Amino acid sequence: MSRKLPKKDVVIIGLGWTGSIIANELTDESLDVIAIERGPWRDTPTDFPVNYMQDELRYHIRHELFLRPDQTTFTFRNKMSQTALPIRTWGAFMPPNGVGGGGVHWNAETWRFLPSDFVLKTHLTERYGAAFLPDDMTIQDWGVTYNDLEPHYDQFEYLCGTSGTAGNLNGQIQPGGNPFEGPRSRPYPNPAQKQGFGHTLYGKAAQELGYKPFPQPSGNMSQAYTNPLGLRMGQCTYCGFCEWFGCGNYSKASPQTTILPVLIRKPNFSVRDNAEVTRINLDRSGKRATGVTFVDTSGEEWEQPADLVILAAFSIFNVQLLMLSKIGQPYDPIANTGVIGRNFTHQTMSSVDGFFDKSKFNFNPFIASGAIGMVIDEFNGDNFDHSPLGFVGGGYLAYGQTNGRPITTTPTPPDTPKWGAQWKQAVRDNYLSTISGADVHGSMYSYRDVYLDLDPIYKDRFGRPLMRMTIDFHDNELKAAAYLTDKLDGIVKAMGANQTHKKPRKGPYDITTYQTTHLNGGAVMGADPKTSAINRYLQSWDVPNLFVMGASAFPQNAGYNPTGTVAALAFWSAAAIREQYLKNPGPLVHA
Amino acid sequence: MRSIAKSTVGMMLGAVVPWLAATAPGFSSSPDGQAFEQIQKGHYLANAADCFACHTQREGGKPFAGGRPIETPFGTITSPNITPDNETGIGAWTDNQFVRAVREGRGRDGSRLYPAMPYTSYTKMSRDDVLAIRAYLKTIQPVHRAVQSNTLPFPFNIRAVMRVWDALYFTPGEFKPDPKKSAVWNRGAFLVEGPGHCSACHTPKSFLGGDDTDAWLGGGKLQGWFAPDITGGMRQGLGSWTVSDIATYLKTGHNGITAATGPMAEEVLDSTSKLNDSDRMAMATYLRSLPSHSDQSAPKPAEQPVMVAGQAIYRDECSACHGLEGKGTPQLFPALAHSSIARADDPSTAIRLVLRGVRSVATKDEPTAPGMPSFGWQLNDAQVAAVLTYIGNTWNNAAAPVTADQVKQARKLLSLRNE
Amino acid sequence: MTLRRREFLAGSALLLLSASSSRAALLSGQLPWLPDAGSSPVPVRPGPWVYFTSDEGRAVEALADRIIPPDSKTPGGKDAGCAVYVDRQLAGPYGHNEGHFVQPPFMHGTKQQGAQSAKGPAQDYRDGLAALDKYCQAKYSGKRFPDLSDADKDALLKGIESGSIKLDPADGESFFKQVLKDIQAGFFADPLYGGNRDMVAWKMIGYPGARYNYLDWIERHNERYPLPPVGITGSAAWSPKT
Repeated sequence: MSRKLPKKDVVIIGLGWTGSIIANELTDESLDVIAIERGPWRDTPTDFPVNYMQDELRYHIRHELFLRPDQTTFTFRNKMSQTALPIRTWGAFMPPNGVGGGGVHWNAETWRFLPSDFVLKTHLTERYGAAFLPDDMTIQDWGVTYNDLEPHYDQFEYLCGTSGTAGNLNGQIQPGGNPFEGPRSRPYPNPAQKQGFGHTLYGKAAQELGYKPFPQPSGNMSQAYTNPLGLRMGQCTYCGFCEWFGCGNYSKASPQTTILPVLIRKPNFSVRDNAEVTRINLDRSGKRATGVTFVDTSGEEWEQPADLVILAAFSIFNVQLLMLSKIGQPYDPIANTGVIGRNFTHQTMSSVDGFFDKSKFNFNPFIASGAIGMVIDEFNGDNFDHSPLGFVGGGYLAYGQTNGRPITTTPTPPDTPKWGAQWKQAVRDNYLSTISGADVHGSMYSYRDVYLDLDPIYKDRFGRPLMRMTIDFHDNELKAAAYLTDKLDGIVKAMGANQTHKKPRKGPYDITTYQTTHLNGGAVMGADPKTSAINRYLQSWDVPNLFVMGASAFPQNAGYNPTGTVAALAFWSAAAIREQYLKNPGPLVHA
Repeated sequence: MRSIAKSTVGMMLGAVVPWLAATAPGFSSSPDGQAFEQIQKGHYLANAADCFACHTQREGGKPFAGGRPIETPFGTITSPNITPDNETGIGAWTDNQFVRAVREGRGRDGSRLYPAMPYTSYTKMSRDDVLAIRAYLKTIQPVHRAVQSNTLPFPFNIRAVMRVWDALYFTPGEFKPDPKKSAVWNRGAFLVEGPGHCSACHTPKSFLGGDDTDAWLGGGKLQGWFAPDITGGMRQGLGSWTVSDIATYLKTGHNGITAATGPMAEEVLDSTSKLNDSDRMAMATYLRSLPSHSDQSAPKPAEQPVMVAGQAIYRDECSACHGLEGKGTPQLFPALAHSSIARADDPSTAIRLVLRGVRSVATKDEPTAPGMPSFGWQLNDAQVAAVLTYIGNTWNNAAAPVTADQVKQARKLLSLRNE
Repeated sequence: MTLRRREFLAGSALLLLSASSSRAALLSGQLPWLPDAGSSPVPVRPGPWVYFTSDEGRAVEALADRIIPPDSKTPGGKDAGCAVYVDRQLAGPYGHNEGHFVQPPFMHGTKQQGAQSAKGPAQDYRDGLAALDKYCQAKYSGKRFPDLSDADKDALLKGIESGSIKLDPADGESFFKQVLKDIQAGFFADPLYGGNRDMVAWKMIGYPGARYNYLDWIERHNERYPLPPVGITGSAAWSPKT
């Protein structure tokens, strides 16, 4: 029996990137805002200190900053014909937990999607014809355009102090940047980070092959920076403990470094940590949210009423909460009806290792930042002609090795035994002269039979069904992976490698091997309520006083890291709430 | 605030008027305690004097309602309730009784107050100044809360001993401007020596707890911290800071060189951040003009093995924030190459920061509040001593070497502290 | 007039104390901070086995020395402390799958669906080492694994690894995979965990350890980094040489 707390204007579920962005925007409207976060409060000097953060075993292998599966997990199967089994320990992705969310332990690779990515269905159909696309591919247009989001990408990049080189300034292509990017209105707030030896060599090789390499846009500061909220950030020291770790010297963009110190001072903002929201409550009509129910660490249930509910948890948790709160029609893959759980995607990652002559090449792989690297975008999205290739989609090709942490970085040439004297010698010989971070960051488009729903067997600690993931790779993505990996291999060879080892993504999708935590979809945005859960402003079609942030809005995934787009959408939605919704609460789009 | 300009002028004049008043004994009528400008003036002076900090409990205390334990070398005193409540506060006090308490250190019944109440500094305010503060305090929400103040152990709870102390260390009397100095300097001197009571922390104390005025503002120890030298000394004071550096620090708690932590963080938040820019510049001007008494002694050169070890630790553990050149990052990581805490001969604050970590102050102008992690679990006493000796004797710093024993003592004392 | 209270030192999260207040802490007003906050690591202390029996410990030391044999330049897995590492890990949360989802039912799935066992690594080691011991004693006339020749050990391990030799009743292939993963992790982890003694593994590959500042090195391309490794608990260079 839950007890009721005093009403707030806004309740935000989750205090990660989107929760922090929305909270900061809406408190500026003098609204009384409370955020409820499942995990603990986290902060730089107490939780990511410079003197014990450098612990690969604790943070990368044992996942200390992440959600514990026994708190909640999912079940997984490749095909509908199989029985889904629980993910008992994380592998393919690492769900975040705690204030700051994924923004604490991300690499800070800060990308914009391509203009064509937002109108993908229209664009590909126009260029290649509908028959070119697989029958069961369910890609769709987003309902917003790149131009709609451009000012909000800019907003996020300046909030973060993103370090980069502009490639397209208001339509003018700039040397040294990404010639394929959508036009940006002004340069990055900070110059690009410095590059290490391997990264520089990759850029040179790519250039010699006729590509246009550019530095990866990085949320690690290339120099000290003060953001528009007045928060100070330090210069990244290339420590090599970025992804999986919090940053100890205030040099990685995160909610902690870019928003929270200002937000927490506002008298109209508060946050409850270690409190798990278990349900979004609706009134009798089912068309209006009245607030949320959450459980504290003593196991007691509370109700937090609010006029406006923002669902800002990690993407897959958003979908789960919508399902468990019975908001929106659940997707049925056989009947092809419903929207909640539909168009679920991940990423298609491939890589190439390069083995070099150790007497001539010393890469010092441990000197790196999270978003260091040189990249080419010639093979991303629809930047290249797919007609002779038999697939759609692509990805960026980068050499962006972020670390040399030895438990996970002991590359040996293929066919080296995995243990014994030969193994030991090979590790000794190759550690400093191998590059093992040349990646294809490939897109994953959406399909009829890749989706989320509620599991019929397994339950969480509250007795509610776990969410079930049905996901496998399709031929389209595997073909793209093979093609792109070959291209990447060509660049690594041109760097001067004696030997390369191609590792294109192969099916079936494996829940035990890490492939980024870029889970998307399940509550997608769009122009049509029949195929989307939320409208172009991220407002729920079914419950107008509910907005759903995050990558759950992506109808399909592009060949880039998602956070830039996730944040731009949050700013875009916040603007719509401030300028339109608050003046006239109700549906912002009439379909 | 439109009244600030007016009260600034009033302050400037106010620095001179008491002097006039002292030579014109017939001038005796008190200003109207309910007048708007009186309350504004009183609010401003109360901020400068930081009544709030001592007279309000830290965790959820009602403003000015007392009850805060104040640590002195002789034991802990609890601050009284100075809200206008008749029974438990000062509502029923007469103006004269209030003025006597603040300027002469006398309680309502004439008994002597302990100098934890810095009447030795507040005496420099004029009677009118103090009445303005009274006028402001009268507008605070009365809080009915009895506070037992007299909590020092025997024999210090016998107030009569204060007669001797006052004779040694208390010189009553309003601030007298120095006609050879500028108005700005005099304003700064009034604020620092008077309501600001900076010497309460920043002047070394005799064994009886009185100011050692020979080393005025040369640094003092309290509550497990060392409040550094804030004179214009080049070696250990603020000599290498500009006036603007000092003023910015007082306003925001941060500047290009360092950050306010510990009791100074509280001071900035409750007091100097609320003054106006010209007053902070005046205080800075005054401080920088003060002669230092620590520049005379030459530091002992640090021994090589200690410096080598200290440098290794510094590179591995400190340089990621404070930089290989000790330059830090302005407004974020203090520049140890210019830090008065790093240069102080008394390493109490430096040891404390390394062992426990700290969070610097967040103000409206500087909300980041960067924190330093604790190294006490990681470095043993010899290692803490080595790295602090290295920092204190590298770049332009020349401080006394820190010993492992000093670290050991500090660790013991700190283990009993709650903050 | 009531002033809004702002805490900034010492105070932990500001707790609202109203009648209908939740017991989950409410944070507001300022960034919370406490001295000595955070959870610093506790270094493994040398000493007797905490989890293993002495026979098990001996067997894991022998396994460690085959997976990472000693050579003239670098100690093997045993002298590097890998078995100590594994022992302490199994005695801790890792050993009993703490934090994992351990709810039933446990059903056998595809390889892609990951481990579906109720047992944790600690139990897996107990069972696996017992099966290994049983096999050896049967096949090698009562000799235990540590007593075999190096050649015999390697041949046996290769067989278990490939599946051509089956252990009974444990699953030899997955047991060996587990041991391989743990021994090699212990070799390269920070020495505070018991393995990588004196940072020998890091010295072997040229990894500088728990450093955080390479600002003066990012642009020094193709140059060997000269400084020796340092662990989270420091290095010999930190103590003044008398």
